[in-house]
Amino acid sequence: MAKEPMIMSEMAKLSEALPEVAFQAPWQARAFAMAVALHERGAFTWQEWAEALASHIRLAQGQGDPDTGSTYYDHWLKALEKLVAEKSLAPVGMIEGYRRAWAHSASRTPHGRPIELSPADFHERDH
Amino acid sequence: MSDDHSHHHDHETSELDEVEVRVRALESVLTEKGYIDPEALDKIVELYETKIGPRNGAAVIAKAWSDDAYRAWLLEDGTAAIASLGYGGRQGEHMVVLENTPALHNMVVCTLCSCYPWPVLGLPPSWYKSKEYRARAVAEPRSVLREFGFELPAETRLRVWDSTSEMRYLVLPMRPAGTDGLSEKRLATLVTRDSMIGTGLPLPAGSAG
Repeated sequence: MAKEPMIMSEMAKLSEALPEVAFQAPWQARAFAMAVALHERGAFTWQEWAEALASHIRLAQGQGDPDTGSTYYDHWLKALEKLVAEKSLAPVGMIEGYRRAWAHSASRTPHGRPIELSPADFHERDH
Repeated sequence: MSDDHSHHHDHETSELDEVEVRVRALESVLTEKGYIDPEALDKIVELYETKIGPRNGAAVIAKAWSDDAYRAWLLEDGTAAIASLGYGGRQGEHMVVLENTPALHNMVVCTLCSCYPWPVLGLPPSWYKSKEYRARAVAEPRSVLREFGFELPAETRLRVWDSTSEMRYLVLPMRPAGTDGLSEKRLATLVTRDSMIGTGLPLPAGSAG
């Protein structure tokens, strides 16, 4: 417990010293926007969203996440995936297929070029 | 294809982190299913990266300091008064404005999930989303304020408000002394983000805006 006050004031100082950015990485921005857009489309209520997010925060803390605020969007993304599954917005197999395809697309894209999906990414040969 | 594979060197190709793969897959799938539109997502991102932020809240506070009728309205119906300045929208549907006085200092937290009044403050800072803040704002708020750099007088009561999935709170800080006659625009430059959460005070008169 003695360590925690230091963390708090370091954070407060950090918040004044650095320019605040809304998102630390593009994936966070997309995850944020997807949750907002889905809510507005009526896919889930904000209460359902808050509960999903809160439960993933608790889960992460239970698993040892010090939860300093930097992992917030990890929780956000998990909550989003959970609600997408709960509300059956897409089959799990479809999401997994796209994950493999995106990973494959990255692995065949020369460094520095934009990573884009092509039909071939869904039919990669195992090797 | 086989030529690419036989000359495959990791450092020459791109890479996506696990979270990037998961986010891209979700976006692809939800787009294909018709639930989202990537261009609409672009607009949301742009809005929160560039247009919505604490300067909105500062304008609300500055107006309340300058206009007694607006101040009264703000305290009675925060949602409507804030929206009337163009700062309504997502997460601003149920706004309550909390007036600081010499007798009472207000502080806001969301202990469960870091809910925050986006239309007036933008997205929350990292510390607001930390377990640290969520727990200690409730358990030992005066100590938290001390770490943010100010000591609340012992005779000032401190009230901590926990946002729910519905309610959002905005603190109306006390107007700094020696600011009579300043324009709203000038006053707004004294309003800090932290003063509207309750973890800070406005800048004193004469601060560079």
